[in-house]
Amino acid sequence: MTSLMLRVTEVAPLTPLVTRFRFEHPEGAALPLFSGGAHVVVEMPDEGTLRRNAYSLISDPLDGSGYGIAVRREDGGRGGSRYMHSHVAVGDMLRVTAPVNLFGLDLRARRHVLIAGGIGITPMLSQLRQLDRLQLPYELHYAARSRSEAAGLKLLPEAPQIHVHISEEGNRMDPGAILSGQPLGTHVYTCGPEGLIAAVEDAAGRLGWPGGALHSEAFLAPPPGKPFDVTLARSGVTITVGAHQSLLEALEAAGVKIPWSCRGGACGQCESAVLSCKGRIEHNDHWLSDDDRAAQAKIMPCVSRFQGEELILER
Amino acid sequence: MTQSTFSPSILSRPVYAVLDSHGATPALMLADAEGAAALIELAERDASVMEHAHLIFIPGGADYGARLRALGPRMYREGPSYAAILPRFRKALADAQMGLRLYLAGTEGLIGQATAEALAAGLPADAIQAEHRGSIARRMQCVHCKGVTENVSTDPFTCSHCGLTLFVRDHFSRRLGAFQGVCVDAETPGIVPPTQEIQP
Repeated sequence: MTSLMLRVTEVAPLTPLVTRFRFEHPEGAALPLFSGGAHVVVEMPDEGTLRRNAYSLISDPLDGSGYGIAVRREDGGRGGSRYMHSHVAVGDMLRVTAPVNLFGLDLRARRHVLIAGGIGITPMLSQLRQLDRLQLPYELHYAARSRSEAAGLKLLPEAPQIHVHISEEGNRMDPGAILSGQPLGTHVYTCGPEGLIAAVEDAAGRLGWPGGALHSEAFLAPPPGKPFDVTLARSGVTITVGAHQSLLEALEAAGVKIPWSCRGGACGQCESAVLSCKGRIEHNDHWLSDDDRAAQAKIMPCVSRFQGEELILER
Repeated sequence: MTQSTFSPSILSRPVYAVLDSHGATPALMLADAEGAAALIELAERDASVMEHAHLIFIPGGADYGARLRALGPRMYREGPSYAAILPRFRKALADAQMGLRLYLAGTEGLIGQATAEALAAGLPADAIQAEHRGSIARRMQCVHCKGVTENVSTDPFTCSHCGLTLFVRDHFSRRLGAFQGVCVDAETPGIVPPTQEIQP
């Protein structure tokens, strides 16, 4: 991955759980521009463990003076977001990858409907700037549990096409109502909890929307699990994946070269061939097809795990 | 008459499947001649597909009108040609909302033109299905003069606009809804291969 060492120039708490960070080039050089919905991966040197988390860019895609991200602290998570909240301060230098976009706008659409739940608002903040600049028609629906938790309220502009749904105030979002009556050529983008993405897909299916008009993004954190052993045929070694380590991280720790991009089960970069599988792969990704999962001949090391006697990868 | 099968060709050449019902969602149906039989069979497999269907039929000499009407679409109209039904088809697309499914059945000229019109109106490609029935004659665009000749059934054929002798290619334009015809004797003027019937 192409990456840059960038300086943290702003740390601004938005809510008790969400903090906004800004990165700039230490010599003030322009950063690569991106497109709405892009993300970067931030590297965090956390006491011997190198943590890498993907964060959507929330700044203007055509502003190379800096990158903005918003990080929600996950206290039950593996520590990346906790590190960002508790260790990172203005002036620190962190390694940040060049932007990658797995959630770009489909510019063939006549109209764009953006649906965000909670911290899922982040990729839409750069999409909004792109839509505004291109003067494309859109509407955005942002759902949050309560006003105090809704970081998006501090990041979204006030506009009639931006709708806020606060469930605590009895204003729950209804995906069916949002999707019905949309003109031909409308595309819908969903980012947020799995339940929200499923609810939008379900409503769209009931209304007869074809799948090509539906887009979603959900980065997964690698789930913890029981430690397991993996044999790497080409490298000729057997490694152990720890309970709170991902298979990808274990491969990297063993010095095995493997491509990656999102580290969250969405991009497909780290897909690896399985040569032998005596047991069950716990597929946690959004990348492999149902047939691929059932065949147990491929695995996504960033988020998936294994239980059983023997797992041999081609790597 | 059953669904037509075409021999394998380049990727550009459209292929057609049997219509598959999406149930009682809003539907726009357009068929010409033998294409009516594909809609009748679709309704036999799932009658609910007609509940919200606006069905437009171009008989082209085929006597299916009464049978189509009996399927109970929400709206039924006939017209003598694609040009004649085009204002109605355009209005239906302009008034449509996401969720509309387009079912096309019949000749490639009809399927190609109606698909191009629907895509231009914003209907996603995966909301469109087409089943080929009836004549295998093609709608051809002359790549030289850009004129379109309908119902081409021989290869080569004479461009009805500029008079060049054109070779029938499988290269298809989705934007125009037409195959491409290329001058067959450009290198050797007057030496033209024997005329053959177009094969499926």
